[in-house]
Amino acid sequence: MSRQVISTSLSVGLATGLYGVSFGAIGSAAGLTVPAVMLLSLLMFSGASQFAFVGIVAAGGAPITAISSAWLMGVRNSFYGLRLNTVIGPRGLWRLLAAQLTIDESNAVSAAQEGPRDQKLGFWLTGGAVFVFWNTATLLGAMAGNLFGSVEAWGLDGAAAAAFLGLLWPRLKNNLALAGIGALVALIAIPLTPAGVPVLLAAVVALLPIGGKK
Amino acid sequence: MISTVIFASLAVYSWKILGFLIPDRLIGERGRLIAERMTVSLLAALVMLQGFSSQSDLVLDARAASLVVAGALLALRVPYIFVVLAGAVVAAGVRLLGF
Repeated sequence: MSRQVISTSLSVGLATGLYGVSFGAIGSAAGLTVPAVMLLSLLMFSGASQFAFVGIVAAGGAPITAISSAWLMGVRNSFYGLRLNTVIGPRGLWRLLAAQLTIDESNAVSAAQEGPRDQKLGFWLTGGAVFVFWNTATLLGAMAGNLFGSVEAWGLDGAAAAAFLGLLWPRLKNNLALAGIGALVALIAIPLTPAGVPVLLAAVVALLPIGGKK
Repeated sequence: MISTVIFASLAVYSWKILGFLIPDRLIGERGRLIAERMTVSLLAALVMLQGFSSQSDLVLDARAASLVVAGALLALRVPYIFVVLAGAVVAAGVRLLGF
């Protein structure tokens, strides 16, 4: 039981960490200093929000646009927090730390486990592993700058897509219709709405009485 | 720029901490179900975003091949880390072939 949680958590940490190299490189290519790129990974610590932020900065967008895009991208984390608070029940400073480690990956690995013990372990191990690997990789990427800048040549964007599919996979059995509708809504919204909105619209789908089990 | 980064980080953190501060009794079974459904639909959207978008455009490129191979490996119950590595290798390989 626990061995499987440990290997899954470290795998996710490593996989996400690899992608951190590209974030660091893209961040410095966008004109951010190494300390600014590092602060994003340490303080914001939310991949999609970080990419949204540097994407807007690279495109020459206003600071308020960069801030609000990153913010909108992060809404789902509060729903992860709702779930995690009941599973982990952290107190005091642990709660502040748990909130910082609340990301797609830590919640997904936790939710994929059976039993409260493994769900707890999965959250802390994955959150911690992703934090360490992601920040180390960000530093390497930011310093290497454009050397590793080609996300495409290394296939890192393909790895990230596969990583999200792998996290979704165990949930497809019970929620196939919901996942299909969420995916469709996102696909339709991508060319029509600003960055961050497609994911929000998919979140709205979850609130509607469609694609349920029964 | 540093202050913009810090402000944006606090904005993102506000969502994270919010979920932990709402009392459990206000959530209930329905809230838990919604949070679970939220995870599924967001992950599905993130797969699409990461697999088929570039800026605000829909694109079909090497990442689609990564997803097909990843799906096949997942169906064969291949461990997660190999699925992710295959995603990178397939995308890089397809691009080397010139697609």
